[in-house]
Amino acid sequence: MTVFLSLTFSGVALGAIYFLAASGLSLIYGLMDILNFAHGLFMTLGAYAAWDAATHAPASWGAPVIFVVSLVAAVLGGALAAGLTEVLVIRPLYGRPISQILVTIGLDLAATGLLLGAFGSNPQSLPVPLWMMEASHFAGISLPNADYVAFAGGLVVLIALEWFLRRTRYGIIIRAGVENRTMVSALGINVARAFTLVFVIGGAMAGLAGLLYAVVFSGELVSPTQGDSLLIFAFIVVVIGGLGSIRGSAVAALMVGLVQDYTNFYLGNHPGMAEIGNLSVVLLLAVVLEWRPRGLFGSAL
Amino acid sequence: MTRARVAVALGAIFAVFFALVPFISLHVDWVLPGTVNVVNSTGTLEVLALCFIFAGVALGYDVMFGFTGLLSLGPVMYFATGVYVFDIALTRWNWPLASALGLTFAVSLVLALVLGAIALRVSGIAFTMVTLAFAQAFYYLIEDNPHGLTGGDTGLALSTARLPAFMSGAVSNTRNLYWIAFGFLVLAYAVVWVVTESATGHVFVAIRENERRLEVLGVRPFGYKLASYTLSSLVATGGGVAYILLIGTAVPSAVASTTVTLSILVMVVLGGAGTRWGAVTGAILYVYLQQYLLKVAAQPSFATLPSFLRVPLSQPQFLLGAIFVLFVLFVPGGVAGLVSRRRTPSLKQLVAGQRRKQ
Repeated sequence: MTVFLSLTFSGVALGAIYFLAASGLSLIYGLMDILNFAHGLFMTLGAYAAWDAATHAPASWGAPVIFVVSLVAAVLGGALAAGLTEVLVIRPLYGRPISQILVTIGLDLAATGLLLGAFGSNPQSLPVPLWMMEASHFAGISLPNADYVAFAGGLVVLIALEWFLRRTRYGIIIRAGVENRTMVSALGINVARAFTLVFVIGGAMAGLAGLLYAVVFSGELVSPTQGDSLLIFAFIVVVIGGLGSIRGSAVAALMVGLVQDYTNFYLGNHPGMAEIGNLSVVLLLAVVLEWRPRGLFGSAL
Repeated sequence: MTRARVAVALGAIFAVFFALVPFISLHVDWVLPGTVNVVNSTGTLEVLALCFIFAGVALGYDVMFGFTGLLSLGPVMYFATGVYVFDIALTRWNWPLASALGLTFAVSLVLALVLGAIALRVSGIAFTMVTLAFAQAFYYLIEDNPHGLTGGDTGLALSTARLPAFMSGAVSNTRNLYWIAFGFLVLAYAVVWVVTESATGHVFVAIRENERRLEVLGVRPFGYKLASYTLSSLVATGGGVAYILLIGTAVPSAVASTTVTLSILVMVVLGGAGTRWGAVTGAILYVYLQQYLLKVAAQPSFATLPSFLRVPLSQPQFLLGAIFVLFVLFVPGGVAGLVSRRRTPSLKQLVAGQRRKQ
C-alpha cells in the first residue's frame, strides 16, 4: 500500500509538470490555432536560463536563494523566448496556421542546433539545494522534497491560471477569444495583444516546467533536447484533455502522469518492457480518442 | 513546346545525368560533399544516394501533406519499418532477399492501414498529434529491443550474407548502391506521378482544398485519405530499405526519431509542398547541404574562426532550421513557388499590361 501511495504521489508530481507544459500549449492552440512546436524549446531554454543563473550566482548567497534565483530565471527565460517568438515569427504569419506551425518547427530545430553547438550534447549539471533530494515523510510515505515542490508548483499555477482567466480583464478576453476569436475582434478588442500575452504566459509555465523536470526527473541535468521529449507528452496531454481546455489539461496531465508511473513500476522490470510507461501513454491516447475524438473536455475542433 | 513537355524533357535530362554520375571522374573543388574532390568518389556518391533516398521519401510524404493536405508527423515510422523489418529479416532470421522484401512491405501495408484508419478518425491538428504519438511509440518500441530483435540504442548492422554480391556494403559496390537509391527515386517518382495525375489524385487535391464540398458531392473522403496515407507510407518504407542497404546500420536516433520526420517535412516545404519536383529538389538540397556543411565544419581551418561564427556554422541543424524559418516567412511555396512566381505574372504586372494595351 505504501508503495502504491508513493507511486501515486510521484505520478501526481509528474502530472503537475505535464500540466505546466500542456496548459500553455492548450491555451495557445485554443486562442490562435497554433500547434506550437517551439514549446519544447521554451522548456529547454527555461532550464538553461536556470542553469546559467545558478552557476553564475555567487555561492555566498546560499543554496536556497540561488535556487529561487534560478526559478525566476527559468520563468523569465521561458517567457522572454516565447514573447520574442510570437512577435518576431508568429505575428508576420497571422491567418496562415500551417505556416505558423512550420515556423515553430524550424525555430525549434534551429535553436536546438544552436544549443548543441554552444553547450554540446552532454547535459549540464544544475546546482540544486541538497534539501530537494532529501526525503520527507508524509502520511506514511516518503518521497524526495522535489516531488512535493513540483506538485505545489503545478497546483499554484493551476489556481493562478484559473483566477487569471476568470477574474481579470485579459483573462476574460483570452477565454472569449478561445470561444470565438472573430466575435472578440469584431467587438473592437485588440486580440493581437492577447496573442502575445498567451505566448508569454505559456512560455513562463514552460520555463518552469523545464526547470522542474530537470530537478525532479532527469537528475538535475539540463540537455538541449530534453524539452523536445517532454513536448511529445505535453501534446498527448493536450489532445486527451481536449484542445483549448485548461481543466482538461489538468485532468489529462494527472492521468498521463499516473498511468506512466504505475506501468513503469509494475511492468517496466520485465525484459523488453523498459519503455512500457511511454507506450501505455500512447495507448491511453488511442483509447480516449476512439471513445471521445475531441478529448475529455474538448468542445469543438 | 508545351510546358509539360519542357518539364518531361528537363526531368529526362536530369535523370540521365544522375544515372551517369558514377562514370564522371572529374576533379571539382569546393562544392562536393565527399572528402575527396572527385565527382564519382565514394563519399560523394554516398551523399548523392542519400539525397535520392530522402527525395523519394519526401515525394511520398508530399502526396499526403502537399497534395491531400494531411499534416502527418508519422512518416518516420514507415521509414523505420523499411529499415528495421528488412534488417531483422536478413540479419536475425537469415531470410532470402525476396522474402525479406515481401515481409517488409506487407508489415508496412498492414501498419499503414490499421494505424492510418485509427488516426484518420480525427482530423486537423488532432490527426497531426495522433500520428506523432504513434511514431513516438514506435520509436520507444525499437529502443526497447523486444526479444533482442532491434538491438536497441546500439543499433543493428545489416548482415549481407544473403544479399547478392553486388549489393553488399563493400566500397567497390558504392556505385551499385547509388544506382539502387536512384532507381528507388525514379520508381517513386513514376508511381507518384501516375497517382497524382489520376482521378484519385484529383480527389486528393479536392480533399486538401475543401473536404466538406467533396462530401456534399457524394464522395466519401475517408477511403481516399487512407489511400494517400498508405501510398506515402509504402514509399517511405521503400526508402527505408534503400537506406539500410546504403548505410548498413540501423540506429534508432538516426532512422526512427521525430527529428527525421521534421527533416522530411522541412525538405518538402523548402522545395514546395504540393509539387512533385519541388519535394525532390527540397530533399536533395537539404541532404546535400547537411552533409556539405558537416564537411566544411570538419576542415582544420574552421577551428580558427571566432566562436560566435564557428558555433552556429558547425551545426547544420541550426543553419537548415534558420533557412527554413526564413523560407516560411519570406518565400511561401518554397523553391517551386519561386519558379512559378517568376513564370506567372503578378496581378500588378497583369494590370500594367492591360493599361499598356489600352
